[in-house]
Amino acid sequence: MRSAGRPGPGSVPGQVERGGPDGTGPAGGGGAMMRFMLLFSRQGKLRLQKWYLATSDKEKKKMVRELMQVVLARKPKMCSFLEWRDLKVVYKRYASLYFCCAIEGQDNELITLELIHRYVELLDKYFGSVCELDIIFNFEKAYFILDEFLMGGEIQDTSKKSVLKAIEQADLLQEEDESPRSVLEEMGLA
Amino acid sequence: MSDVVERTLSALPGLLGQQDPGAGPGGGPGRVSATSRLGGLIRSITALSSKHEEEKLIQQEQTNLKATVSAPTTTLRLMKECMVRLIYCEMLGYESSFGYIHAIKLAQQGNLLEKRVGYLAVSLFLHENHELLLLLVNTVVKDLQSTNLVEVCMALTVVSQIFPREMIPAVLPLIEDKLQHSKEIIRRKAVQALYKFYLIAPNQVQHIHDKFRKALCDRDVGVMAASLHIYLQMIKKNASGYKDLTESFVSILKQVVGGKLPIDFNYHSVPAPWLQIQLLRILGLLGKDDPRTSELMYDVLDESLRRAEINHNITYGLKALTYVIQQDPNLALQHQMTIIECLDHPDPIIKRETLELLYRITNGQNVTVIVQKMLDYLRQSKEEYTIINLTGKIAELVEKYAPDNEWFIQTMNAVFSVGGDVMHPDIPNNFLRLLAEGFDDEKEDEELRLYAVQSYLSLLEEEDTFYPQKFLQVMSWVLGEYSYLINDGDPEVIITRLHRLLKQTFVTSETKAWIMTAVTKMSSRMSCSKTVDKLIQEFSTSLDTCMRQYAFELKHLCENKELMKNLFPLDASCDEIMVDASLSFLDGFVAEGLSCGAAPYKPHHQRQEEKLSQEKALNFEPYGLSFTSNMSSSGFTGRQSPAGLSLGSDMSGNSAELGQKETNCLKLDGVRKLWGKEGYLPKKENKTGKEDKTQPVPQDSILTAHVVDPPLMQSEQQVVSLSEEEKEKQQLASTLFVGLGSNSTISLMGRADIITQKLKKKSKISETQNSEEASSFQNIATLPFSPLPDTTPNNKENFQGNEHLGLRKISLSSSEVLEASVSFETSQSVTEVGLDEQLSNCRLSTSSLFADSNIEVFQPPQNVPDIVANKAPLSLCLPEELAGHPHSEIVELCSSDILTVYWCKVWTDDCSRLVLFVANNSTSPLKTVNLVFESAEHFKIFESLSCHFPVIEAQSMESCQKCVQLEKVCTEGVLSGSISYHLDTDTHLEFSLTFSLSDFIRPMKMTTEDFGRLWLSFSNDVKQNLKMSPSQGSLSIALNALKQKLKLHIVEIIGNEGIAACRLLPSVPCLLHCRTHARTLALWFRSSCSALPDSLLYQCQKVMEEA
Repeated sequence: MRSAGRPGPGSVPGQVERGGPDGTGPAGGGGAMMRFMLLFSRQGKLRLQKWYLATSDKEKKKMVRELMQVVLARKPKMCSFLEWRDLKVVYKRYASLYFCCAIEGQDNELITLELIHRYVELLDKYFGSVCELDIIFNFEKAYFILDEFLMGGEIQDTSKKSVLKAIEQADLLQEEDESPRSVLEEMGLA
Repeated sequence: MSDVVERTLSALPGLLGQQDPGAGPGGGPGRVSATSRLGGLIRSITALSSKHEEEKLIQQEQTNLKATVSAPTTTLRLMKECMVRLIYCEMLGYESSFGYIHAIKLAQQGNLLEKRVGYLAVSLFLHENHELLLLLVNTVVKDLQSTNLVEVCMALTVVSQIFPREMIPAVLPLIEDKLQHSKEIIRRKAVQALYKFYLIAPNQVQHIHDKFRKALCDRDVGVMAASLHIYLQMIKKNASGYKDLTESFVSILKQVVGGKLPIDFNYHSVPAPWLQIQLLRILGLLGKDDPRTSELMYDVLDESLRRAEINHNITYGLKALTYVIQQDPNLALQHQMTIIECLDHPDPIIKRETLELLYRITNGQNVTVIVQKMLDYLRQSKEEYTIINLTGKIAELVEKYAPDNEWFIQTMNAVFSVGGDVMHPDIPNNFLRLLAEGFDDEKEDEELRLYAVQSYLSLLEEEDTFYPQKFLQVMSWVLGEYSYLINDGDPEVIITRLHRLLKQTFVTSETKAWIMTAVTKMSSRMSCSKTVDKLIQEFSTSLDTCMRQYAFELKHLCENKELMKNLFPLDASCDEIMVDASLSFLDGFVAEGLSCGAAPYKPHHQRQEEKLSQEKALNFEPYGLSFTSNMSSSGFTGRQSPAGLSLGSDMSGNSAELGQKETNCLKLDGVRKLWGKEGYLPKKENKTGKEDKTQPVPQDSILTAHVVDPPLMQSEQQVVSLSEEEKEKQQLASTLFVGLGSNSTISLMGRADIITQKLKKKSKISETQNSEEASSFQNIATLPFSPLPDTTPNNKENFQGNEHLGLRKISLSSSEVLEASVSFETSQSVTEVGLDEQLSNCRLSTSSLFADSNIEVFQPPQNVPDIVANKAPLSLCLPEELAGHPHSEIVELCSSDILTVYWCKVWTDDCSRLVLFVANNSTSPLKTVNLVFESAEHFKIFESLSCHFPVIEAQSMESCQKCVQLEKVCTEGVLSGSISYHLDTDTHLEFSLTFSLSDFIRPMKMTTEDFGRLWLSFSNDVKQNLKMSPSQGSLSIALNALKQKLKLHIVEIIGNEGIAACRLLPSVPCLLHCRTHARTLALWFRSSCSALPDSLLYQCQKVMEEA
């Protein structure tokens, strides 16, 4: 496709960075139902972020900051859905942790809310009654689970069992791998 | 189960800092290793109290990490740990790009575990257009071929998250193979990866559609469910192609609903809800407008509906109601009390949804109450999106249903002062147009205008009140146009107030221009005014050059009142003005100047070029030849020549540039003013407070008038005893829902539908009128110059004056200024046509006089052969039917002693034509001349590849034309061929010529709405950011350059965003969305053809580079 007489990237002038529509461009690109997912604490600390549409770092930071402010300011009895910028935001609070998804205009809020809940169920099952600390210290695990559950913003597998099976399969390898380390390695940089 | 989670979670924050958070009942694998380095980092960060400390700590951490990851001795295991810490740093918002490459390395070299973290880091750090991603391709290919299932899974996972589009072919066959894999998880992930490919490059997976069907019938539910994503997308695009699958989908849904799936797909005892929704969406698309297909679904839909548990959520209910009401407004009546309660709901989101609903049921009788509610909400909201959205809605309702003049003006005042400078520019524009064009009743119009004038005067009475710029602009225009309607008022007072505004610091220079125009208009109706004199004196020495110029203009105009009256006729903002776009009245002046030795005017780009070439090399020439001698010797006298030439190439360019500057600052100003560091709040609250003070009476009175009236619906409610609050609500309900039910024919206001739609604006503006407006817009600028020859002492300045002319548009034109954004667009197209004509004129004559006058505006530069000697003889001319179209220069293609072939391209609307001239130079006729093209990869030639001339007489010429079409998109391609003839011996001449993509691009006219629709329907897109040089300045300049070079049609420019459309012949559309931001131009192409955006982007880059 790119072969059509176009010079390689080296000779393309003025190329700074590609992508980065930063949310203000025309909406509705791609087919992903979700634009991003955030997990943050009541204190406004980000615990996990997953972006399903290329977004520049600056814009990401700005969106995270703004959205946290908006969501944290809302009272417990308020609606779980809000319209924010050109997006719909669906959030739910579990203890001190907020799970927050941004979806596009034509997507369904209710099913997104359930999706959040299913993710929490998965975390709960995996960690065995999950708490915020599990996610803080094992955020990479939380990412692995999310990636098995959602892919490119679409739900990948709705069966709890098969998601966890896939994770456990990979984890098994970890057990085998946890052989004792040498002292030097343990010291690392120190 | 959520309860369990919540209880456990809420019990735990206190554990923070303890060594081990304790294993839960499940005791999942890989529990927190809080003693690890990551754990240490997290804990020390949690212990910090300030952001500053955190920054310091992270900085140190990053320094450590940087050293570790780049040290050659670092083991992969350590690297893995570093990567996790880097992810953590990034999550906290600290960029760690130094680690990206190492993430890729880790994915490549690590063992399974390390690889897993490497892939995760890559998917979190990079986005799908990141250049480093190319380095991942090999790793992915290797892992896809691995015998280890986990490795294959990881590779598939990363592919379906981020993968460079251009590298799809490298992995596609491998992934296709995986569709037959024995493990369902691999099959499922392969389908998911193909879905991703389908989204980013649908053409590449076209050939595997059959395999998707296989996936749909897979025995594993997960694989089947994954294939539904693809089907949903494909059916969205082309529902008719998949009708035969309807029964399959129906039977799947039946099984799902019937609980035939494994139990672990259940979600809280609902069988696979996500799967159901996906299937319902697909069925919805398939059954749309197709009763026969729908027939198949009814049973199962009924079944799923019965089984679905209805979930109540108040916003959702409101949304549903909003949609329902669009079908039947009467339905709202049943829920009025719920809606009223929602209006007072503490959650602003619910309030907003309620307003949205009310907006749908507005009519002539309830408009005042609903608009009042909306204004109340508007005054409290701080968010830009909400303000833009709501002001637009209010303005629409007000325009449609306003019951009377006062209310109309007062409400619009509220909109302007709250909406300020963030609202859509159409709102003030439409408002003023409505005021100016009026309705059929002359007397009503005058009352409305008079009321507007009075209301603005009272608003301006108070000193030091802050109003948004847009509002001030509206006020000054209305005062300038219609203040004469006040019979008893002293115009001096109005001018004093305007004068006071001019001295305010919060008034931007753009608004000042509006105010000065108003003053100018008003002073044309007064014999003399002290304030005006004072104002002239004051601003004649202003540091602001624009203001100084206005002052001088006003001064000169005041000296000639007769002229001034002619220039500013009363209430003539809608009159059409005849235009002499060629500025022919200046010809004499120019001729005189030239004959006195003045240099001819050079267009801006030419000056720029000369300046550049001067910078490069020293000029050893004593002095260039005087142009005058040239000119006079060739004896130009006709009025077409001097002005025509210079204008032809520069007028359009100039006016375009200036026009853009104006429209640009029009938008930027407002935004900058309102959004300071502190945000939007302070100013707005301040001014809304004031607003309330100035005009509470009329609005309140209207509202109470409604409430006092006997509530119509009360009888229906049948409430026996009502508390005060409830009563209020009931009353509100009756005012809100009046006019909706069938029994509501009696109007509360006493005048029902007569007043409805009264203020609806006339749709007077047709396409043609727009262009007329545009031309008059241009001419406004030219008019005042003719009677004032003294102001331009020499002709150079005169032409430089073009720029001032542009500036002056704002000061002298009246209603046209408002149309600036609209007419700028059309004026462009007008001049574009003019330009084309002028160009073709120049080309046609290819006259020696102007042969080197550098008019290369239209044509892609690569088409211009640099050998001037090759230029064709003058006798060459295009066939009549093509003469009116723009075309390239006619140049020599190949020649021998006997025969010469010339060629040129003609760009007609529907194709690119290649015109070939074969000249017989010999003294004897040539027989059987054959011209044959080789078939080219990229091009197609109509009607045949060859051209046959039976005979070409001595010293004469024959021509033939071919239509060339681009078959395969490319940026540039060569068309070669040969010509053979027989004279004594057979002779064979070869030639080749170049066509570029831009030869096949034509503007595509469309409206913004059409654009939006098309945009969403295209899936091939390319984005790129380009650096802009300072000379390219604003978006409109850049867009205009693109428009001229690539023949784009500019659909609309709003602020720093613009949209344009073009088509690749014959009719493949390509849309462009661009946005400027801090010297970068972000281009975003979309098209139905996958290769087009890329190639067009390349062309754009070239244009921007050259510009």
